[in-house]
This record gives sequence, C-alpha cells and structure tokens, in this order.
Amino acid sequence: MAKIEGELSLLKEEVISMCTLVHSQLQKGLSALLNFDKDLAREVVMIEKRVNSAELKIDRDCEDIFAIYCPVAVDLRFVLAVLKINTNLERIGDIAEGIAKLLIDTERAYSEELLNNTKIVEMYYEAILIVEQIMKAFENEDSAIARGIFRRDEFLDEINLKANALIIAHLKNHPEDIDQALNLLSIIRRLERVGDQAENIAEEIIFYLEAKVIKHTNRKEK
Amino acid sequence: MESTIIKSENFNAYFGTNHVVKDVTIGIDQNSIVAVMGPSGCGKTTFLRCINRMHELIPGATAVGKILLHKENVYDLNSILVRLKIGMVFQRPNPFPNLSIYDNVIAGYKLNGMKLSKQESNEIVEGSLTKAALWNEVKDNLHKKGTFLSGGQQQRLCIARAVAMEPEVLLLDEPTSALDPISTASIEQLLFELKKNYTLIIVTHNMQQAGRVSDKTAFFYMGELVEYDDTREMFTNPKDSRTQNYITGRFS
Repeated sequence: MAKIEGELSLLKEEVISMCTLVHSQLQKGLSALLNFDKDLAREVVMIEKRVNSAELKIDRDCEDIFAIYCPVAVDLRFVLAVLKINTNLERIGDIAEGIAKLLIDTERAYSEELLNNTKIVEMYYEAILIVEQIMKAFENEDSAIARGIFRRDEFLDEINLKANALIIAHLKNHPEDIDQALNLLSIIRRLERVGDQAENIAEEIIFYLEAKVIKHTNRKEK
Repeated sequence: MESTIIKSENFNAYFGTNHVVKDVTIGIDQNSIVAVMGPSGCGKTTFLRCINRMHELIPGATAVGKILLHKENVYDLNSILVRLKIGMVFQRPNPFPNLSIYDNVIAGYKLNGMKLSKQESNEIVEGSLTKAALWNEVKDNLHKKGTFLSGGQQQRLCIARAVAMEPEVLLLDEPTSALDPISTASIEQLLFELKKNYTLIIVTHNMQQAGRVSDKTAFFYMGELVEYDDTREMFTNPKDSRTQNYITGRFS
C-alpha cells in the first residue's frame, strides 16, 4: 500500500468521527428540546470545543498531505473535498451549539401543541437523518446516497418556508407563547441551514467521486 | 490558432523482435510543451528517440509507421536534416569536455561541416546562450571549458547547443533528473521561455514537473499510449484507471 493511501485512510476516519460527533450534538439538542433538559444543552455547548479541535486537526492533516505527498487525481479531489466538508461539518456543529444556547436561555418548557404546530420535531428528525445520510455517502463512497440529500433538503426548506404562517396561526390562539414561538422560529431557521450545509457536503462527495462540479446548478441538473 | 507540428500515425518501434512502442498515434501542437511519462521500460524514451530518428542508430532497432513533421514523414527525409530540425537534450548534461563554452554552442555547425563567419558565430553563440538564459553568467568566460560550469549551467549549455541549430522541435529526455531543485527550477523557467519559439517534448519521471511545465501530458504503459490529454485534466481527472494508478503511486 502506498504511504499516501494510509494517510488518506486516516483522514477519512477523522472525518467520519467528526461527522459522528456533529450528529450526536444534533441528537442531544433534540433530546434537550423535547425534555427541556438544560443540562444536556450545556453539554452540547461544552462538546462544541471538541468539534472545533477536530476541524483544526483535519485542516492540519490536509495541509500536511498537500505539502508532503502532492496528491493528484482522485487523491487530490478527496483532500480538496475533505477540506470543504470539514468546514461544513464545523458549521453544523456551530448550529447545534446555537440551538443549545437558545434552549439554555429559555424560561419554560415548550408546549406539546406548539411543538406539533410548528412541525419542528419532524424537521429536527429530518436534519439528523440528513447528517446520517451524509456520513453513509462519505463512508461508502456512494454518490447516489449523496444525491438523495438534495431531495431531503427540500423538505427542510418547505417547513422553513411555512414556519412564519404556522407560528402566526399558533400565536392567534396562544399569545402567551410569543417568546417560545420566536425561539422555535430561530431553531427552524438554524435547522434549515443544516440542510444547506449537508447539501454542500453532498456536492463535495460527488466532486470527489465523479470529478463533477455541481455547485451552483439547480436541483434538477444535480 | 494551434496547429499540429508533429504527428505520429500508428507508429511502432522494435529492438530486434521486442516490440517496445505499439501503434502510437499522437498529435503535438506547435509552441506547446508535451510531457511524456510512464514507468521505466514503457517505451517513452524510445518513442522520443524515434521522433528525431535516433532510435535507428542502435543496432537491431527498427521502426514502422509514420512520424510527420508538419506534413512530411521524417522517415522519408535525410536523418541528419531531421536532427537539425528536431534537437535533443539528454538526461545528463553532456557538453563536449574538450571544447570551450563558445565552441560547444556552435559544435553542431562544426560537426556538420557548416562554415560560419566570425560574426555569424558570435551572433549564434550570444543568441543561443541568451535563449538558454546562460549568457549573463558565462559571457566573460566563453573560452573556458564547458565542464567548468555547474550541472545546471552545463544542462543550459546543452540546451543552447541544441537551439543554436535553430530547430523547430526540442526533445528533452529527463533534462533535470541529474540536477538539484534550484537548477531544476531554472530549467523549468527556461522551458516556458523556449516555448515561445519552439515545440518541446519532455520525458520526465517527475510528475510534479510534468504538471508544472506541460500543456499536455501523454501516459505510456507497456509500449502503448494509454492516455493523452490536457495536463490539468490528466492530473485532476484521468480517464484511464492505469493512468490514475500511476500518477497516484498505486502502480504495482
């Protein structure tokens, strides 16, 4: 085995492990939301530092591989893709942290009715599933799974678009929920951005596997 | 507008019965740099030596097929004339050890019995050494022996000797493999300058060098031309798995 293969294999493991960490951050965020568990939310904020260190480590390793091995062809595309995937994963980590901070600052638990009316739980599950699919596509080098992300992201966009109307409708009957509702609207906006980051990652996986640049094309062309 | 200066058509070369270049068809654009790469024994140097008919100088070596310079088959031309039009620089700098820098540059004329006036010689020597980016370094020592120079300077002297004959094409067989990184960088810079006036075909084992200097890259394997494409495409998205395995170091 060429030495670069060993290095690339280690880099891949690091990305998978970072993805697992980010996925777990999102899951804990959902659990904290559903159970109004501020301690769990605080744990998410603490663990964000590990996500940041993982990002720095992957950046450094990519830099070393460029400097020492001068990768070309599929190896070059892989390292370039990892650099960008790394940034996108770190941003998902930031989003999970942002949601956790909102939960920490919330005064009282969210009513079940509000959670149902805003469809936030469905959206949260979908965001977590998208991150799982990203990990699967990357680990198995499967561009078909990566392409599936684009369809899933549409679901998140749809809920995000309807969020204002759903929240206004809820507030008409429950004006006392205004603070809670605004918090949830903020979480919905963040979850929508998880979809955007995942879409970027899917584009990078396809670039690495197929040498195709599909950024800035419409979804049908992807 | 790019035009093809060298074209090989179904070209084959042999050492005795050993078939070392197999059915190679390739077109090379004027004023471009083409890198030829591949594992040892893949036929790349043999192919290079066929372009200016040096291959046939080896006993038992034969060639079948056409190599066109513009539209003339070099195998229908006088071989000396072919080598005047298609110069060659070798792996190790090989200035004539007993000749001065000055005489090394015009050695091609002397060896071919071509008479030059003093003024013509002076002009050729200065012009060729300038093109080879060596003039400023040697202009005060023109009558010292060529071997007095450093390895990188000797190689540039060999390039000056080749361009002195005003060829159209320069073949370079691993021209920097015996040089340190600084001399290598200066030769690579020189190649860019030479491209304005010549077409360059360079055999190299250094893939980063191929990536840095060439417009197109040809990958040879077991005598076959496996892939020929723009260098950028070849190094980011090679089409053939053998090319990919070779350039990523996964060749067994």
